[in-house]
Amino acid sequence: MIRLTNVSKVYETGNKALRGVTLTIKDGEFVFIVGRSGSGKTTLLKLLLKEMEPSSGRIVVNDVELGRMKRRHIPRYRRSLGVVFQDFRLLKDRTVFENVAFAQRVIGEPNRAIKESVPRMLGLVGLSSKYKVYPRQLSGGEQQRVAIARALINRPEVLLADEPTGNLDAFHAGEIMKLLEEINRQGTTVIVVTHSQDMVDAMKKRVITMDRGRVVDDTNPVQEPRISARRSHRRTLPR
Amino acid sequence: MRFSTFIYCLKQGLINIRRNFLHSLASAATISACIFLFCLFFAIIGNVRHFAQSAETTVGITVFFDENYTEEQIWQVGDVIAARPEVREMDFISEEAAWESFQMEYFAGMEELAEGFADDNPLAGSASFEIFLHDISTQEEMVEYLSSLQGVRKVNYSNSVAEGLENMNQMIGMVSILIIAVLLAVAIFLISNTISVAAAFRKSENRIMMLIGATNSIVRAPFLVEGLFLGIVGAAVPLAGIYFLYQKAAEYVMGHYVIMSGIFTPIPIETLFPVMAGTAFALGGGVGFFVSFFTIQKHLKL
Repeated sequence: MIRLTNVSKVYETGNKALRGVTLTIKDGEFVFIVGRSGSGKTTLLKLLLKEMEPSSGRIVVNDVELGRMKRRHIPRYRRSLGVVFQDFRLLKDRTVFENVAFAQRVIGEPNRAIKESVPRMLGLVGLSSKYKVYPRQLSGGEQQRVAIARALINRPEVLLADEPTGNLDAFHAGEIMKLLEEINRQGTTVIVVTHSQDMVDAMKKRVITMDRGRVVDDTNPVQEPRISARRSHRRTLPR
Repeated sequence: MRFSTFIYCLKQGLINIRRNFLHSLASAATISACIFLFCLFFAIIGNVRHFAQSAETTVGITVFFDENYTEEQIWQVGDVIAARPEVREMDFISEEAAWESFQMEYFAGMEELAEGFADDNPLAGSASFEIFLHDISTQEEMVEYLSSLQGVRKVNYSNSVAEGLENMNQMIGMVSILIIAVLLAVAIFLISNTISVAAAFRKSENRIMMLIGATNSIVRAPFLVEGLFLGIVGAAVPLAGIYFLYQKAAEYVMGHYVIMSGIFTPIPIETLFPVMAGTAFALGGGVGFFVSFFTIQKHLKL
């Protein structure tokens, strides 16, 4: 369970990225966070990753309050999260196998475990036959699959995806979303930050809409009638 | 840390060096220059000290007493001198022994010339103590003390050897510290620069590592390997050079300056090298390791 209570973030420049955000994401949910540029979506992800601290408010992930977490415990906390970026962030000088194995090597997993789990994960994302190739030899969709495999290899409880289809065409974007849905079906909480309204509409999942640092709408088509934030009726979904 | 993780970090450190080969080469070369000079001065200072120690065993102070002093009185003063902590060894040379020694030295082969003095010792009243000190640098102070003793007529000593060695040691020490400090500062700057360049190359990789839960020690490890490797290679090269050059230089000095061979023998390389190598590796490795550690620290904030 992820719970944000009255979370605000003001950058040193004075820019108010988040203003009193309160929301809850239950275990196993699939949530879209949408909003125009500068609405605070990425700041929200960074706070969840503990890349930065909120200016005020509380963030609790799996019963752990991030503000009280000691610095030395941050790596262990981050292992409970998987991260996928818009630009994939693969290591260009390493093969697909090594890119996925990288996530296990850096947390000290033994070679034997890596040799077992990487092929299994590549099988899950449909890239079993491409384990020897380098990222530049893959399509954008395939590269994002590798990034997803890397994010999932350490069995995180939550997968955070920042614009995972932003660099992909409609076909590959659809494939990636199907993959994320499958991962969610297996029990992982998936949080996707996106601009793509078409994708959001097609998936019929919970959508949290942000604008100027506030949650302005929180819609869950599975749980009708819709759950809205206090002022959501006054705002429309930004495109 | 698991063995496989250790090997992984080691490999990544070596990859860093290969990626920034020219930077790495410049850093290692500067450390090499620094350690070469360190070894050079280490060898020179070691040999000067060795020479000073040899001199201490041969350079002594001779104390002569008033001519009317009896041998018993001389021995009483001798006991006081012998009690001084600076004194390592003290020999009594009676006037007879002094004359015998003089004859052997100056009348060798012409003994009949000395027979004229058979019943009249020309060195009567020249009984003396020859004093050898633990540390030749205390000679000046000791001479002052001996001169102040009652019954002491004359104190003979050579202050040029003691002062010369002491001054030479101090000068070499100061020059070496200055040069090594400047080179060390350059080496620190270059290593820090090399590690910063490596960190810039790995910026994306480090960020991913931290976001997927790598500890700081794992992120830092390849850079520490890089710094340590540069330091150790930087030390090994000049050590190999010094090992070869020292032996050649010792052979040259002993072969071309025959006058030196009677009074000075260079320290054998087998005696000098273990301490020199240990210090050089500690210096090179230490500088490489700690500079990397502190340089990479600022790249670990996420």
